[in-house]
Amino acid sequence: MSEVIPAKRITDIGPPHYEKYLHPVIKRNYGKWRQHENLAPGVLCHVAESGERIYTVRAGSPRLLGVKTLRDFADLADKFSEGYLRFTSRNNVEFLLAKEENIAPLKAELVSLGFPVGGTNNSISNIVHTQGWVHCHSAATDASGIVKAVMDALYDRFTHEDLPAKLRIALACCLNMCGAVHCSDIAILGVHRTPPKIQHDALRKVCEVPTLIASCPTGAIRSATVGGNASVEVVEEQCMFCGNCYTVCPAMPMNDPECDGISIWVGGKVSNARSEPKFSKLAIPFIPNNPPRWPEVVEAVVNIVEVYAKSARKYERVGEWIERIGWPKFFELTGIEFTRYHIDDFKNAGLTFARSTHIRY
Amino acid sequence: MRLAARQIDCGRKVGIVASSDDLDVQPETPLLKDLEEGPWPSFVKEIKSAAETNGMSADLLQQLELSYKEKQGHWKHGGIVGVRGYGGGVIGRYSDLPEKFPEVRHFHTLRVNQPAGWFYSSDAIRTICDIWERHGSGLTNMHGATGDIILLGTTTEELEPAFNELTAAGFDLGGSGSAMRTPSCCVGEGRCEWSCYDTMKLSYDLTQAYQDEMHRPAFPYKFKIKCSGCPNDCVASIARSDLAVIGTWKDEIQQDDEAVAEYAASGVDIQRDVCDHCPTRAMSWDGRHLTIRNEDCVRCMHCINVLHKALRPGKEQGAVILVGAKAPIVQGALLASVLVPFVRKEELLDTLKELLSRIWDFWGEYGNNRERVGEMIQRLGLANFLDGIGLDPVPQMVSEPRDNPYIYAHDIGGAK
Repeated sequence: MSEVIPAKRITDIGPPHYEKYLHPVIKRNYGKWRQHENLAPGVLCHVAESGERIYTVRAGSPRLLGVKTLRDFADLADKFSEGYLRFTSRNNVEFLLAKEENIAPLKAELVSLGFPVGGTNNSISNIVHTQGWVHCHSAATDASGIVKAVMDALYDRFTHEDLPAKLRIALACCLNMCGAVHCSDIAILGVHRTPPKIQHDALRKVCEVPTLIASCPTGAIRSATVGGNASVEVVEEQCMFCGNCYTVCPAMPMNDPECDGISIWVGGKVSNARSEPKFSKLAIPFIPNNPPRWPEVVEAVVNIVEVYAKSARKYERVGEWIERIGWPKFFELTGIEFTRYHIDDFKNAGLTFARSTHIRY
Repeated sequence: MRLAARQIDCGRKVGIVASSDDLDVQPETPLLKDLEEGPWPSFVKEIKSAAETNGMSADLLQQLELSYKEKQGHWKHGGIVGVRGYGGGVIGRYSDLPEKFPEVRHFHTLRVNQPAGWFYSSDAIRTICDIWERHGSGLTNMHGATGDIILLGTTTEELEPAFNELTAAGFDLGGSGSAMRTPSCCVGEGRCEWSCYDTMKLSYDLTQAYQDEMHRPAFPYKFKIKCSGCPNDCVASIARSDLAVIGTWKDEIQQDDEAVAEYAASGVDIQRDVCDHCPTRAMSWDGRHLTIRNEDCVRCMHCINVLHKALRPGKEQGAVILVGAKAPIVQGALLASVLVPFVRKEELLDTLKELLSRIWDFWGEYGNNRERVGEMIQRLGLANFLDGIGLDPVPQMVSEPRDNPYIYAHDIGGAK
């Protein structure tokens, strides 16, 4: 290496200390918050034991942000929130204001820049999502495009708090679930539906066969000799298209424009409030990819949201609502067809069979 | 389209810029254009805005349009790229159509460790923007799924200069690969009255304590830590982290009877909206007074969420430590389960460090390649895992005792 090594290379310093980014009101009242008030959708007021108040204005973002928009956010923070802002676990941006009179002009500027204010309490907050075709090799669908199309349709649900409870939507573009959508009220999940296409020549050069065999959850990959070289074969009936083999071995591509698509899952939650956290369950096994706006996916999600909004009781999350009315009623009310694919056949599948005569008709 | 040489523009060093002639002839992207319409903020506008001055973003837009047309992605697998001395923090990415889209021939991502709680000053945001404009696509994710600032797309040559500027500005890379991943936390005591411990401090302290484990992957697989201040779990730790720290309390819910009465007077139906939702029916309301049988309370947060001006978590605060959550790959999704039912908040950091060292030792010894801690526990059994890390079993660890009699009872005392 002919490169000149700098005298002092800084490494392993970790992130900057959060304290230097805290609004002075927050710093003074850290750990001494007494209560909060919901002033309007997207606007919160936290009151400290000292009586001091910090106002929060929350706006939705596409998560994928260019430097121009980020600088706009920085300018807004300088203008209205003493230069302080934060982001939420659902990719919203939040401005932290000392002055109540700054709320209205900040909201106005955010909206004029195209960023809706909302996402608090019983609204649909921003959709947590993955990279999709923007940046991922194993994506069975795009992420940002579907999120945009779905949120366009659910815009009023972001800016209003009129659902029975909070409703969290997440999207992952394959079963790897970088977005961990498996505990969401509504999960949009990209799925492959064809087995990997083995590239034997490449496999020999870039993949470790034992690691590849071990990557398959169902044991569908076996070693094989092809053209005198060590390779693998796939027992296609055993493949459920998870794509894990492709993650460990680039010579097992899964992408298929016609067969890749979307599945919809419902009823998961992470909060411990009322009922225990739960996984999302399959609602719709497959919807084909239909860019740029995936109208069938949008329609399916909006339908579930609207049926829930009409039928659920106050404070019931989607999963709690379905547990009360029962799954047969869920399929009846939403008009979604129940198929053989809804019956689990992986490990512990029996635990999801109806094992009582408690039946709703 | 070729890159212009490094230029000085308005006092700002600009690294990756397409010459304006090239950008003028960019083809339309009709499919993506459709996603510029509609009320929700558009990611396409963000990419287009970056593409005005950045060749990478311009080619990203064109490649994405092709993906929309063909209904498939055009990215190749990672490959090993990174900065010197680190084994992680950079996700390698290459276009599978490098001749067609030369500017995204390399399109690697930097994971930059976020400040705890995702708090920023406007200057910090501008610093990150300036660095990323000089050394990358000018596109980010605020934030990635694990919590990092994602700097989306640059070339192999720009990684080291970008890293040097980031560290000079006080930022560092997050985790990737089979390593400890960047811890994350909810807003906690920064702006929430429910937080039962200082989530930001714990997250920061753990991050600083394990820089080596983050930057030099040496585990069987990834290991995520998330800190939530209360059982509402705003960072989804119970679903997404190998080690979840969820705030809770041991004593009685703090109750302000006057404030409860105000809620009732203002129209809140205490019986229907609060008592009837209590999972253990630990509350009763006689029309004037709310009685909580705290011995039956499982600390779910519902009543506190609804009557937030009247009820608060108790004063003896700390956290539950849970282990083993993950998404489906490889053996199926898991929720985390209780490992330590309660740790006082003052003892959290030391307890976690001791636990982590034992868990990582055991997992390093017995975990298979690409086996998350949760999957290893499924394979070996929770009881064996507890033996391995030297924790005694307690009933809070299970929802119920086993119902099958196939007991490996080799060492049950009293056998004759």
